[in-house]
Amino acid sequence: MTSRRDFIRISGLGVGGLAVSATGYGLYRDLAKSPLKGSELSVDTTRTPTYCEICFWKCAGWVYKNEEGKIWKIIGNDEDQHSNGRFCPRGTGGPGMYFDEDRLKTPLIRTEARGKQVFREASWDEALDFIAEKMKGIAEEHGPECTALLTHGSGGKYFGDLIKAFGSGSIAAPSYAQCRGPREVAYYTTFGEGVGSPERTDIRDTKCLVLIGSHLGENMHNGQVQEMSDAIDKGAVIITVDPRFSIAASKSKYWLPIKPATDLALLLAWIHVIIEEEWYDKEYVAKYTFGFEQLKDHVKQMTPEWAYGITTLAPDLIRKSAKEMANAAPAVIIHPGRHVTWYGDDTQRSRAMAILNALLGSWGRRGGFYNPETVAVPSWPHPPFPEPKRTWRDAFPGQYNLAYETIASGICDATIPALSRACNFKAWIVNGTNLLKTIPNSKKVLEAIHELELLVVIDTMPMEITGWADVVLPECTYLERYDTIRDSPHRKPAIALRMPATEPLYNTKPAYWIAKELANKMGLGEYFSWNTIEEMLDWQLKQLGSSLEEMQRIGVKTFERSYDDLYFQPEQEMEFDTNTGKIELYSTALAAEGFDPLPKYTPHEEPPQGFYRLNYGRAPMHTFSRTANNALLKDLMEENAAWINPKVAGEWGIKNGQYIWLENQDGVRSSFPIKARVTERIRWDSVFMVHGFGHTNKKLSRAYGKGASDSELITKVLTDPIMGGTGMRGNFVTFKFEPKEEEAAS
Amino acid sequence: MREEIIVSGRNNYLIDPHLHIWHWQIPLYLFLGGLAAGILFFAAFFTLMGKEDKYKAAVKIAPHIVPWILVIGLFALLLDLKHKLYFWRLYTTIRLESPMSWGAWVLMLVTPLSFIWSAIHIKEIFPKWNWKFKILTDLETFLIKQKTPIAWVMGISSIILGVYTGILFSAFNARPLWNTSILGPLFLASGLSAGAAVIMLFATKHKERTMFARIDIGIIAVELFLIIHMFMGFLASTQVQIDAAGLFLGGPWTAPFWIFVVILGMIVPVFLEVLELRKFKIPVVIPAGLVLFGSLMLRFLISYAGQESRWLY
Amino acid sequence: MRYAMAIDTRKCVGCSDCVVACQTENNVPIGYCRDWVVEVTDGTYPQLELENRSERCNHCANSPCVRCCPTGASHYADGGIVLVAHNKCIGCGACITSCPYDARYSHPDGYVDKCTFCIHRIKKGLEPACVAACPTKCMYFGDLDDPKSPVSEVLKVRKYKTLIPEAGTDPQLYFLI
Repeated sequence: MTSRRDFIRISGLGVGGLAVSATGYGLYRDLAKSPLKGSELSVDTTRTPTYCEICFWKCAGWVYKNEEGKIWKIIGNDEDQHSNGRFCPRGTGGPGMYFDEDRLKTPLIRTEARGKQVFREASWDEALDFIAEKMKGIAEEHGPECTALLTHGSGGKYFGDLIKAFGSGSIAAPSYAQCRGPREVAYYTTFGEGVGSPERTDIRDTKCLVLIGSHLGENMHNGQVQEMSDAIDKGAVIITVDPRFSIAASKSKYWLPIKPATDLALLLAWIHVIIEEEWYDKEYVAKYTFGFEQLKDHVKQMTPEWAYGITTLAPDLIRKSAKEMANAAPAVIIHPGRHVTWYGDDTQRSRAMAILNALLGSWGRRGGFYNPETVAVPSWPHPPFPEPKRTWRDAFPGQYNLAYETIASGICDATIPALSRACNFKAWIVNGTNLLKTIPNSKKVLEAIHELELLVVIDTMPMEITGWADVVLPECTYLERYDTIRDSPHRKPAIALRMPATEPLYNTKPAYWIAKELANKMGLGEYFSWNTIEEMLDWQLKQLGSSLEEMQRIGVKTFERSYDDLYFQPEQEMEFDTNTGKIELYSTALAAEGFDPLPKYTPHEEPPQGFYRLNYGRAPMHTFSRTANNALLKDLMEENAAWINPKVAGEWGIKNGQYIWLENQDGVRSSFPIKARVTERIRWDSVFMVHGFGHTNKKLSRAYGKGASDSELITKVLTDPIMGGTGMRGNFVTFKFEPKEEEAAS
Repeated sequence: MREEIIVSGRNNYLIDPHLHIWHWQIPLYLFLGGLAAGILFFAAFFTLMGKEDKYKAAVKIAPHIVPWILVIGLFALLLDLKHKLYFWRLYTTIRLESPMSWGAWVLMLVTPLSFIWSAIHIKEIFPKWNWKFKILTDLETFLIKQKTPIAWVMGISSIILGVYTGILFSAFNARPLWNTSILGPLFLASGLSAGAAVIMLFATKHKERTMFARIDIGIIAVELFLIIHMFMGFLASTQVQIDAAGLFLGGPWTAPFWIFVVILGMIVPVFLEVLELRKFKIPVVIPAGLVLFGSLMLRFLISYAGQESRWLY
Repeated sequence: MRYAMAIDTRKCVGCSDCVVACQTENNVPIGYCRDWVVEVTDGTYPQLELENRSERCNHCANSPCVRCCPTGASHYADGGIVLVAHNKCIGCGACITSCPYDARYSHPDGYVDKCTFCIHRIKKGLEPACVAACPTKCMYFGDLDDPKSPVSEVLKVRKYKTLIPEAGTDPQLYFLI
């Protein structure tokens, strides 16, 4: 009997990554490679492989240099399953990151009070000694557990090892509790496995793609947008549920212009229809699931008519779209989304989506969800990490037991002293994440920062968070360094190499160097006992049957699946990593923690008179707040706009292109004005803006003052009780026509 | 409601938000070219009519300024070029479909001719002029004998010069405001009218002045007819032409056009010249100056407004 | 041989990868672009339709820019591709004014520049940079005289339009609708 449960435990797929020994994974076979299109090699002089760092998709590609040896362009690696040889606009705009003259150039040490942003340049030795001293001091006084690493970059692996060697277990990526955490927990409790990154959605073979608020196309998940395009070519149907007419909505057969915050009602009504009309996959449900009768009973009263009253979607539209999904089943995907921290009941909403997928039998089927496989890259041998005496969980006793990754916002909360806690976090190392635009309620983040004894920020650009640091360490960009071997899960297990295309500019250094030097200074050098990074990478690659030399030539190596099949085989007995061993429509894990085992609809706060719900999202030219200063990408989009419905604009007398200020329900006004875009594409009760603009750090010469920041307007946080996710869509804004009188603190 | 936007942030210098690639240099050159064409035409015409001495200002005085205004005009053109070092490429080929190529070659012909005309009449304004070199004196004698063929060539090429300034614009079908074949004759008429005005300024004899006043009135009448015809044509044409005409019929260029070009540049001078013919004493500077002003403004406005008119977005 | 490009508006998401790819491939100066993306929305909420188009020089078969160039710098190259010979261009701007698509711009170095269908890549058997980069693969390029080329194949089976055909320029950039 094939047990995904065992496989997960062995491979560490999705569960924080366990160190694995190399044996058993040395088997591979080369895929027959198709010859390169045309003769790119003869056109261009030199090219080096890399994988992109601009977003988290990590597409593998080639960096080309011109005759003068300067970086010229970046294109995709044809062998890469993430990019299929085509990069997205951010990846193509990578050279802009390298050439950005506003980059951090040298280590900086704070000389005046935190926040005054006065630094002096320091040598690497000085800066690292400073950090080592402080860390030792904190370990002696409070314990090494009071340090935390907050990371969203490839360097996180090295700093993570450092922190673990130091004795702390608190490593958090904001992508968990600020982004995809609720869906991971929801899918874990339902299917025994998370969704993962990249998502295991078989979009290219699906017949029906259902997007709940997900805006693929503006949200530029490279592989997924590519597969969506393939699906469109094959005649797939798209159903989009979104209060805004997104690009995906414009390509949809059914666009459900739902009232914001009511998605759960729609999902429950769909479940009701699919069960009552018996459109669900009876064989699949009988064989693989648990709790069907409880589910059927639970949704008995949740008719489309009931949902109509809540969502304003016509009942027959709900029925027609459900039928569309059922017709396509099992090649149907209720897309789990990515950033799902909306209203605080997000785990339950994701549960409803998982249940719908299970009813339609798409999990583990072609056109639905495939079984991904990873290459387990062995770790360089090191002494065992010390066992931390406390972890972040001790700051939240009894809470968030189902969260299996660290909650970044939790670390933030646990930095502020509280009577209920014996100790707080004293030091943060922040790598590759602009915390002030990531964790909502930035006032609280700043409060936490003020309580820190040490804040180290390692970044490539002078983002807002660097202004608050005690020590700023300049990391070189991904185009100038080696990094860990990419081992993301996909249909076939594969690895990708990042190697430098050029020497680091200025006095910047790669993450592995910083971590190793710092480890040496802290007496933890034995955890980084390799001499050069090339030696380490070559050793790892040789364990996998490759070598550094080979990977430098080919960039990406794909292996054959060795564990199980891409999809469930018929007649296959399956065991799922849940309490019952089955797909749990009724969640025993949630019930055990005292939460609703079946999702319920709860109404959420609506905007008061004169206010509009703040809806934020992505544009395909930018990634978070990272790329606003990139000259190539700023050329495409240099500021965001507030989308306002024409009826609303008419009431307020706002003209298209006029600059206005947004003020939220807590009286916080945006620091900079934002251009109004009067468009029919947005509902009259909402305002939409792209996230990542409104930079307040003057060192970002191109991005400073352009557009407005949605993060500063997200002051009300709706916390998900199940796993601590920070729901951000409970904020409402009104329009103002002049800036606030007093100076806003940056 | 239709919302049409460029989402990739296009902001090409001189192209966006609307085309504004030609600035003062081009209308100035067109005006000077038209003026030169007008003066040279009358000089040639009256020479061929045998009325050289009757219309001395036209034939022997006014043409002296032409070489210099052509030089100024060509210099303005050179300033406008963005790849100046390559300007000589204009003279490596004749492209019959390109009015700009015609213009380059016509100027190549007219400018030397105007210098020659000025040279053979130099003694009218500098009676004691001495060429100093025997070869130049011989050349002068030779050219004076060839006056008739020179006048023919000058007459025809000055008409081409006058018309080409308008055809230059009308060949650009991408700018709907210019895409009318009336623009050629209109600019020719405007140039002739400006030439007549300058000749009036230089004329000392009353007969010559009245003759040119009459010519000017006639040409302005033709111009007004052409302008009305032009708008009728636009309004009866496709949507982009209707929108283009709208720039002058309620759009941002309405007031400057009707006030500067039509009223001050055409109607008031006609009125004054009629009064002059009715024996009222009007200082000739006023109507002549207004005509020149109107001619210049016509070219400025057509140039700037035309760049605003467009097919897309 | 007649080169042409077709863009599938059903698949284009307006990501503007074509713009950045062209910029890096052809060293287009920052602040200028050879191609751009247009988004058209029609209707009233919630009855809406949207179209995305990646636009550039249409390499017209009856191009006014070639016609009006006084020095012959704007000329037809292989397959009808409209090119500008930098060493013949005087920067007069006639071609810029004559393009109804506003596809040309004045390069800071003085000459006039625009999309070249990446002729330097076509000569080596590659596709233009924008077509090769597009993540949705919505762009098709090839020789219209070759019935097996991607653009010929797709124009055979899909409805298409060109921009302002009434301008009379016979554009070779087709939009599949």
